Amino acid sequence: MAEHEAGPGAAPAVRRMAAARRMAAVRRIAVGRQAALARRIAQAVAVVWAAFTVTFLTVRLLPGDPVALMLTGSNGFSTPTAEQIAEARSRLGYDHPLVVQYLRALADATHGDFGASIQTGRPVSSMISEALPSTLRLGAAALVLALVVGTAVGLLANLAPLPFLRQALRSLPAAGISLPSFWVGLMLLQLLSFRWHVFPTLDGSGPRQLVLPACTLALPGAALMAQVVGRSLHDSLHRPWADTLRAAGLAPGRLLVAHGLRGAALPALTVLGLLVGNLIGGAVVVETVFSRPGMGLITQAAVGAQDLPVVQGVVVVAAIGFAATNLVVDLLYPVLDPRLRGGPAAVGVAG
Amino acid sequence: MIIAGSSGPRPPGASRAGDTDAGSSLLRVRGLRVTYRGEHGRAVALHGVDLDVPAGAVTAVVGESGSGKTTLAHALVGLLPQGGRVESGSIRLGGRELVGASERVWREVRGTHVGLVPQDPGVSLDPVSTIGRHVTDVLRAHQRVPRAAARELAVRLLTEAGIPDAAARARQYPHELSGGLRQRVLIAMATAARPALLVADEPTSALDVTVQRRILDHLDSLVTAGRTTILLVTHDLLIVGDRADHVVVMSDGRVVETGPVEKVFTQPSAQYTRQLLSDVPGRTDVPGRADVPGRTDVPGRAGGPPARAVPKAPSARADGDGPAANTPLLAVEGLRLVYPGHGPAWRERPPAVADVSFALAPGATLGLVGESGSGKSSIARMVVGLVRPTAGTVRIDGEDITGASGARLRALHRDVQMIYQNPFSSLNPRFTVEEIVTEPLRNYGILERTERRQRVAELLDSVALPADSARRRAAELSGGQRQRVAIARALALTPRLLVCDEPVSALDVTVQAQILSLLVALRESHGLTYLFVSHDLAVVRELADQVAVLHQGRLVELADTQRLFAAPREDYTRNLLEAIPGRRRRTRQAASDAPTAPTAPAPSGPSADEPTTGPAR
Repeated sequence: MAEHEAGPGAAPAVRRMAAARRMAAVRRIAVGRQAALARRIAQAVAVVWAAFTVTFLTVRLLPGDPVALMLTGSNGFSTPTAEQIAEARSRLGYDHPLVVQYLRALADATHGDFGASIQTGRPVSSMISEALPSTLRLGAAALVLALVVGTAVGLLANLAPLPFLRQALRSLPAAGISLPSFWVGLMLLQLLSFRWHVFPTLDGSGPRQLVLPACTLALPGAALMAQVVGRSLHDSLHRPWADTLRAAGLAPGRLLVAHGLRGAALPALTVLGLLVGNLIGGAVVVETVFSRPGMGLITQAAVGAQDLPVVQGVVVVAAIGFAATNLVVDLLYPVLDPRLRGGPAAVGVAG
Repeated sequence: MIIAGSSGPRPPGASRAGDTDAGSSLLRVRGLRVTYRGEHGRAVALHGVDLDVPAGAVTAVVGESGSGKTTLAHALVGLLPQGGRVESGSIRLGGRELVGASERVWREVRGTHVGLVPQDPGVSLDPVSTIGRHVTDVLRAHQRVPRAAARELAVRLLTEAGIPDAAARARQYPHELSGGLRQRVLIAMATAARPALLVADEPTSALDVTVQRRILDHLDSLVTAGRTTILLVTHDLLIVGDRADHVVVMSDGRVVETGPVEKVFTQPSAQYTRQLLSDVPGRTDVPGRADVPGRTDVPGRAGGPPARAVPKAPSARADGDGPAANTPLLAVEGLRLVYPGHGPAWRERPPAVADVSFALAPGATLGLVGESGSGKSSIARMVVGLVRPTAGTVRIDGEDITGASGARLRALHRDVQMIYQNPFSSLNPRFTVEEIVTEPLRNYGILERTERRQRVAELLDSVALPADSARRRAAELSGGQRQRVAIARALALTPRLLVCDEPVSALDVTVQAQILSLLVALRESHGLTYLFVSHDLAVVRELADQVAVLHQGRLVELADTQRLFAAPREDYTRNLLEAIPGRRRRTRQAASDAPTAPTAPAPSGPSADEPTTGPAR
C-alpha cells in the first residue's frame, strides 16, 4: 500500500499526494463495484433469455400440432377441416418461418406480452398476473417455514441435552427429504381436514387455507435446511476457534448461537437460493393436490394441452424469479461473510 | 471496572526467579494418564506425567511432535479432542482438583483460572465475528456486564495486549489483521478474565521471527509484572533457553527430564535431552563448508544430455554482484512479479518480487531468506517455471528459460527439480514409494521397467532409506521418511539444480538435522547446486555459501554466509538476526528480586515493521 510514505514526518505535499492517491483508489473500487453489479445483472438477464429461447425451441420441436389440438379440443369432439386449421395458423402467426416467429415472440415478451392462451384465448399476461399472487403467498410462507423449522431442527440437533435426542434430530432431515410431497399433502388433507376438521379443505384463499399447502411445500426445504445448518454447526464446534472460545470459558450454547449460526448463515443462504428454484416445481404438485389456483395449476394445464404461449410465459416468470433470487443471494454473501467483502475495508483502514 | 482493575489471585511474593520448591506450585500434575480411542483399543498419549508449575515464572514443556505436549496442554484446560480421556492422575490448580470435575466446574475454571493461548492464530479466531466480539463474548461468559461496558473493556484489553488503535481494530474481522496482531487478540482473550495460569501452546510457531520475538516479549512482560504464570509448550529449544525459568522435557508421553533451564541446558542428564540439544540448528557448523573443492558435474546422467564438464568454480563468490567468472548455473536478472488481484485496484499493489538479481555458480548453495510475504517462495516458483515473471529473466546454464512452456519447460525440469515444504501434502499418500520415485522416470519415458526398479534401489539408498521401503505407501511413513522420498523423487531425473522450498520447516529438530546432513551429503556426491528457501536463518546458516535476504519483494542484502552472520550491513538483516531465538541466553534477570507493585506493564506494541494488515485470504 502506498500510504506508508505519508508518515508523521512527511512533508505536507507528500501527505496530500498520498491522500489523493488513496481517494483515487477508493473511487476506483466504488466504480469496480458498480461494474461488478452491472455484470451480475447482465448475467441474470442472460439466464432469463436463455430460458425463453430453450422453451421456445423445445416446444416447437416437439411432435404434435398445437393449433390442431386447440381446434380439436382436449377431449377430441370435433374434427376441424384443413381450411380451419390453416386459417387458425395464420391468425396465430404460426405460418411464418421459425426465426420470424421467435424474434416476434421475443420482442413481445420484452413488453410482457406472451400472446393469448391457445386453450382459452385470454392474454397470457393477465392469466399469470391473476395466478401469481396466490403462488407467491404460498411460496413465501413455505420459504419462511423451511428456514425457521430447518434452523431450529439444525440447532437442536447440536444442542439437545440427551445424546439419543441429538441423534434422532440428526436423522430427521433424511426422513423429511425422502417423503414425497404429494403423499404428505394427501395425508395432511385426509387427517387434518377431512377427519379432524382442523383446517378447511380446498377452496378459499384465507390464511387458514394456506397452512396445509405451505407445510407440504416447505417440508423438503426444511429438511434440506436442517441438514445443512446442523452439519455446519456441528463442524463449527470442531474448528480450532471453537476451542479458543471454549478455553476462554464460553458455554456450548452461547458458542453455537453467537458464533456457529453466523457461520451457518452462508451455506443456509446457498440452500435458500436453491429452494426458490425447487418451490416453482413443488408448487405444481402442491397446487394440484390442494386444487389451489395458482401458477402451478396453470402450468400443469398448459403443459397437458401444449399451450405454448402459457408455458412460455410461466417459464419466463419462473426464470425471472430464479435469476433475481440468485442475484440477491450473490449480493448477500459479502454481507454475511466479511472475508468476501474485500476492497474498501483493506484500503480504508490499513493506513 | 469489574475485571480489568483487579490483578487476579496471585501469591504476592511470587518471584520470577527459579526456585523449585514445590510449595509454591500453582499447578501440580501427578501421574496424569491420557488415552485416545484408536483402531485397536485405546492408545496411551500420556503415561503418568508429573509436573509442577511454580507461580510467577515461565515453565516450558518441550518435546517433538508426538511427545504428548499438546495433549498435556489440552488436558490442563479440560478440552481433550474427541476420543481423548483422562484415565487417572491428578491436576491440582491452586489447590483445586480438576480431574473428574464436572463440565460446569470446568466452564468456571476456564478463562478465570486457566487460559489457553492456541497455536495457530490463522485458524483460532471465528472468521465471521469481529475482534471486539471475541473479547466481549469472553468477558460476558464470566460476568454480567452490559454490552456497552463490555465493549469498552474489550478495547482496553486489546490495548493492553499491544494492539494499536484498538477501538478501530475491535470493529475489524480476523482476516484483516496480521498474524502477530491476531496472536495478540488471542492473548487478550486468554487473559481477559485474569487467569492465574496461562497455557501457551506453541504460541509463535506460525509467526515470523521478528513478530515471534515481540509476542514472546509481551508474554514475558505479563509474567514480569506479576500478572500471570505461563506454561509454555514448544518444540523450539532456543525459545526455551531464551524465555523459560524451568523446563520439562517430554518424549513419548513421558517426562524425561525436568529442572531449571540453566541446569538442563548445561548438564542434561537424559540421553534424549542431550540429543535434542545437539540437533538444534545453527549450533554446530557443518564441517568443511568453507573448503569444499570445486565440484565437477554429475556422474552418470542416465539417459540425459551428455554431462557437461563444469570447470572448477569457487563455490562461494564474493558478494554476489558483478558477473560470474564462468557461466553461472542459475542467473536471475531483474526478476519482478505482480500477482493479479481481484479488484481494479490491484495495480496499486506492491509487487511480490521487485527487481531481484542474483547468480548461482555450479555446486554452490544460495539461501533465500525472508519473512512471510518477502517473495522468497515466489522467486523459487519462477525459477522452476511454475510462475511466469512479470518482468526479468531466468537463465539456466546461460539459456533464457523465462516463461518457458510445453516442451521447453519439460526439458528444463530435467535439470531443475523442486523439494517442497510439506512432505505430507506433496506426496500422494496412496502411492507406494516406488511409484512416487519412478513417476518422473515414467513421465519422461526414461529406463525400462526392470532398470527402473534398479534405479529406485539406488535412489532410496542415496537418501538412506531401506530398500524394502519401496513397497510401502507414503501414508505409512513418518515426516522425515516422506521428505527423503520427496528428495529421492527429485533426484530421479539427475537434476543439477535443486530448489528447496522450506524443506525442513515441517519437521522436528532431530529429523531436521538428519535431512540437512543428507542434503549436504547429496550435494557432495551428486554435484548438486541448491537454491535453498527458508525463513529459518539458523538452518540456512548450516547449508548455504551465500545468503540473500529478502524484504517485501526486494533483495536487501546478498553476502557470504560467514560475513552476513558476522557483520550484517543492512539494518533489516541485523534486525532479523537479532530476532533469532537463542541469542538472549539468560541475559534476563528482570524483576527477580523486586516484586513490583501490580502496575500495568508497558505493552510491548508491534513496531513499525509488523504489518498491520495481513493478506486477505
